[in-house]
Amino acid sequence: MLTLDCPYCGVAAEETELHGGGEAHLKRFGPASSDEDFEGYLFMRENPKGVNFERWRHVNGCGKWFHAARCTMTLEVFGTYSAQTTEPPKALLAKIKKKRPQWPGYGAEK
Amino acid sequence: MSEAVSALNNASYAGFVEVTEMGLQGMITLRGDLSSAAIKKAVKTAVGVGVPEQRKMAMADGKGAGWMSPDELLLLVPYAQVEKTVTGLQKTLAKAHFMAVNVSDARVMFRLKGAGAREVLAKVAPVDLSSDAFGEGDLRRSRIAQVAAAFWMSGEDEFTLVAFRSVADYVFGVLKIGAQPGSEVGYL
Amino acid sequence: MSTRLPNAGRLLNRSKAVEFTFNGKRLKGFEGDTLGAALLANDQMMVGRSFKYHRPRGIIASGAEEPNALVNMGQDGRFEPNQRVTTTELFDGLTATSQNHWPSLEFDVGVANNYVARFLPAGFYYKTFMAPRAAWKHVFEPIIRQSAGLGKAPKDRDADRYEHFYAYVDVMVIGGGIAGLQAAKAAGDSGAKVLLVEQTRHWGGRAPVDGAKIDGKPADEWITETLAALAAMDNVSVRTRTMGSGVYDHGYVLAYEQVADHTPGDGRPRHRLWRVRAKQIVTATGAIERPLSFAGNDIPGVMLAGAVRDYAINWGVSVGDRSVVVTNNDDAYRTAITLKEAGLDIPVIIDARAEANGDLPNQARALGIRIETGKAIAKVKGGKRVTGVAICQQAGEGAVLEEIACDSVAMSGGWSPVVHLWSHCGGKLIWDTEQAHFRPDADRSPTGADGAAFVVPAGIANGAMGTADVLVDADKAGKAAAKAAGFTAKRTAAPKAVQVDEAALSPVWIMPQGAGPKARMKMWLDYQNDVKVSDVQLAAREGYESVEHTKRYTTLGMATDQGKLSNINGLAILADSLNADIPQVGTTTFRPPYTPISMGAIAGEARGEIFQPLRKTPIHGWHEKNGVYWEPVGHWRRPYCFQRSGESVEQAVHREVKNTRENLGLLDASTLGKLVVTGPDAGRFLDMMYTNMMSNLKVGKCRYGLMCSENGFLSDDGVVARIDEDTWLCHTTSGGADRIHAWMEEWLQTEWWDWKVYVANLTEQFAQIAVVGPNARKVLEKLGGMDVSKEALAFMEWNEGKIGGFDARVYRISFSGELSYEISVPASQGRAFWDALHEVGAEFGAMAYGTEALHIMRAEKGFIMIGDETDGTIIPQDLGLNWALSKKKEDYLGKRAQQRSHMTDPNRWKLVGLETLDGSVLPDGAYAIAPGNNDNAQRNMVGRVTSTYHSPTLNRGIAMGLVLHGPDRMGEVIEFGKTDQTMVKAKIVDPVFYDKDGEKQNV
Repeated sequence: MLTLDCPYCGVAAEETELHGGGEAHLKRFGPASSDEDFEGYLFMRENPKGVNFERWRHVNGCGKWFHAARCTMTLEVFGTYSAQTTEPPKALLAKIKKKRPQWPGYGAEK
Repeated sequence: MSEAVSALNNASYAGFVEVTEMGLQGMITLRGDLSSAAIKKAVKTAVGVGVPEQRKMAMADGKGAGWMSPDELLLLVPYAQVEKTVTGLQKTLAKAHFMAVNVSDARVMFRLKGAGAREVLAKVAPVDLSSDAFGEGDLRRSRIAQVAAAFWMSGEDEFTLVAFRSVADYVFGVLKIGAQPGSEVGYL
Repeated sequence: MSTRLPNAGRLLNRSKAVEFTFNGKRLKGFEGDTLGAALLANDQMMVGRSFKYHRPRGIIASGAEEPNALVNMGQDGRFEPNQRVTTTELFDGLTATSQNHWPSLEFDVGVANNYVARFLPAGFYYKTFMAPRAAWKHVFEPIIRQSAGLGKAPKDRDADRYEHFYAYVDVMVIGGGIAGLQAAKAAGDSGAKVLLVEQTRHWGGRAPVDGAKIDGKPADEWITETLAALAAMDNVSVRTRTMGSGVYDHGYVLAYEQVADHTPGDGRPRHRLWRVRAKQIVTATGAIERPLSFAGNDIPGVMLAGAVRDYAINWGVSVGDRSVVVTNNDDAYRTAITLKEAGLDIPVIIDARAEANGDLPNQARALGIRIETGKAIAKVKGGKRVTGVAICQQAGEGAVLEEIACDSVAMSGGWSPVVHLWSHCGGKLIWDTEQAHFRPDADRSPTGADGAAFVVPAGIANGAMGTADVLVDADKAGKAAAKAAGFTAKRTAAPKAVQVDEAALSPVWIMPQGAGPKARMKMWLDYQNDVKVSDVQLAAREGYESVEHTKRYTTLGMATDQGKLSNINGLAILADSLNADIPQVGTTTFRPPYTPISMGAIAGEARGEIFQPLRKTPIHGWHEKNGVYWEPVGHWRRPYCFQRSGESVEQAVHREVKNTRENLGLLDASTLGKLVVTGPDAGRFLDMMYTNMMSNLKVGKCRYGLMCSENGFLSDDGVVARIDEDTWLCHTTSGGADRIHAWMEEWLQTEWWDWKVYVANLTEQFAQIAVVGPNARKVLEKLGGMDVSKEALAFMEWNEGKIGGFDARVYRISFSGELSYEISVPASQGRAFWDALHEVGAEFGAMAYGTEALHIMRAEKGFIMIGDETDGTIIPQDLGLNWALSKKKEDYLGKRAQQRSHMTDPNRWKLVGLETLDGSVLPDGAYAIAPGNNDNAQRNMVGRVTSTYHSPTLNRGIAMGLVLHGPDRMGEVIEFGKTDQTMVKAKIVDPVFYDKDGEKQNV
């Protein structure tokens, strides 16, 4: 059972306090968007074996959404960060790259 | 106005820890920029304490403010003073973006008192309740068995807990079974 | 026979006798006994029948690995089947009965299976019960069900209580043998917070039984001193009777504490499930001895050599007067020496190895014990009890050299580290050729949240076999764990022990190595599931090469003991049959729990009244006293209707509808979601959340709104009221309050975080009561206060003030088509307000109504219900709700999706009303059938029923449904299929059945 550090509460919250929210940093496409863009937004998801960026909510806690960078294979958590951003923090990306030199980098597989 | 009643009307249970429903308690959800001077001043005026630190409950003279999230406080005032306090906040914060709502009746408050209070909570909350991790004035929002709750250490061997009113019976039931004599763990 | 030795038993309190019964027989034991030890002391060698062949079975082990000796324990509310006698502590008044036999343990009819055993090979069920299909349901399954399972399921309600407990530690040490004690000491010395758990009631594990000396002292003395040292450390806690059950991700451990199994009914919880979060976990879980595979190795009296030694030393029990020891290693000689020194006969030690010249064999020789090397057991003689063994050459095919009379056989195939907890979360194993066992590969530990290793194996569980090695390894493990948890270990030396040199074992997987098919059919691998050497070999011949497939095909290791004894032996046989190496074949997956844990412990406090949270409105108590028939709505209980004496549910519902339409109905609507949305951007925000425009709603007005997901599908609806310039109050469905609150927060926090909006869920702050019917205004006027006249408070307006002295907010909205006020008052006054409405309303025919009357009245008016007309695939356009879709707005959640080709398809089924020609009620969910078949040879379908009721107002069946081109087919008659294969005809009509012009609500 996972624990993730809630960046707002500052506690290591166990999974029973959390609610997973799927892929992070999706860009919303609205009424004026093309079919392709809208399909990508609504349906297409990364499913990497390895480094993954995802959304979590500290639902039995402060109620805030946050982001987590996590390895889907080993469940290693590289870091958690604010939900109010459209991409992962640079320092976190550098940390992941250092731990996983083979990782192609954020967005490289898109 | 008719006589107002709390969810369980001060019911209590004496196990190895005493569990008591605290009756009507004034509670206000205040949302806003907690670092702003306006909110700090409004909180001080309303409940007489400063904006609490992360995961802390600040209490003074039966009033208090608890840290619920980076933009939310739970203000405690006597039940009869809630409306007046909300109006006061609205006045003080007229120029700010904020929310102040009376949530007194949406909640139930319990007090756990006794040497085993930590253990009763540790049976149902995924929180480190050992004395080196959780002390007086510490507050945590988490869950009690299957429902959301917030609790803080309100004194020596004493915790105060807030949950939703609709599940008052459930929370009371959960705390009672944990506090039943013979259920002492002897760990915390 | 097995019996109690005089003055022996290090764990016994011989001054305290304990009485118990087995199969109704009154027997005696001592305090400190396990049930297994006490049964053996009473010569109860045979304790059960095997699962498949019903062969007589006796106790084989002395701990958690026991496969045979499972019994029914206790009675009534404390009855529990499949309890291992070897881990059950004896207490006064214990009652146990043996299982899996009929009519009795001694005489069992099912044993017939044993005589047809050669017709019941591996995969027998898979191969046999294939055809004919009908026979499965009517013949095979009832028979198999009858004979399935070992013990009987309890019938009574569990009399005990259970609980969970969360603990957070730096280092958790699992296993209280000398390794666990030393690891805990080493970790504790660093200042780390340590929790040490031991599954039995005593500390020290097997070291005292093996006569270990530590730091020059007998093991028992060292254990006592170490425990005292641990007790003196504030940062260390120790628990006996607590089994490390499973290791999970991120340092999560479940530990199973048997608080009161040995003191039933003393008022304590029976079990406590510890939910521990540890930075580091030390697995000091010891090792389990392997049986040897020889013909008749399951006959009662054949036991593990280590267990025989345990019974003698720990509990003063001799399992036989004449014991043959059979081994492939030196350790089993300790058993021979122990028994000999206790004055018992050891007619021979049969050693499969070519020579035996180590310290222990030499000691045995010096005691005058006969040792036969290079030999094997060809066959064990006896039925319900060993009577002798036939000896042969290990290298040969089993030609009998000699028969030796004996009443017990102590066997040892070597020791396998208990690697379960190491493996649960992904720890890898390596094959140790010398010891012929798998042990943890320390370089491939499970890794935690930080990517670093979090499990450290210690002692014999790590393959350190001698006492001195165990202590050094455990000391190292404890220090390593402390360091990894962020502490600095003290520079202390590990305790010293004299290590007896043991000669290498010789792997022996079958005995003798050339045994023929007949013998192999009597060599048991998995005792509990009756899997033999011949079954695994058959599986290999039939192509089951993967160990996981072989396991499932033969059921090897699938019993309640999860293959603790059979795993390695089975793998070795499979590897041999496949001509592969053991590491190549690999092991099956180790999964928690280590041994079965009670369902009660898993449930914890969640049973009875608090099985699940039950949400109650402030008026719940009134409902309970007034004939309520409950309907669960999420975790809420809402009144479906209120039955009066002699009334059926249906009659009650019809009375409530009729009274509300004619007089005055009162509905507890407190469960409706009430979300307050405030801030300068609140209007803009709500325009995104709702399909209709909310920003232009005037203060004091109400508007019905729809919410969709980004897929375009309807997710919730409700009335929105504008409270002031910056504030709106959004009503949601009863089940939707928390979901919609979370939905709003999600968008505010993760997409439009710069918008100035705050949301609060005030659902429970208010009790809300719908006052409905032609007399609604009269009762409010009589209560007095706020002006509720048509002029002062028109339809779809709200106001706040006092009603009958209560602080009230009144919404003039209607879900029934009647004159209706929904009134919210503070929850603390909800009950009083409800009572006042009844009291003052009595003269106007006030009567409570429930959700079913509400549903009927809304269906009569053609109002949709989320969850009836919608099912997660329905868009507002399907329901004729285009009027609620703003054309002015550029965007709202779901708008883009509703432009997709599938959503604009004119062939989407649309909402219509349905009236059966015969006035009957359409079955809920029934499909409209059209001529012709689809590609799957099913009838074509052109619609389905979404809501259907008997309308007491119209006295006929009314329904709503989604029908292909429905709104264009008014008046057309279509057919719906019923489950009894008949058809019912219904006419397509307007969904509004009652008061089409809304004259009744707008008065």
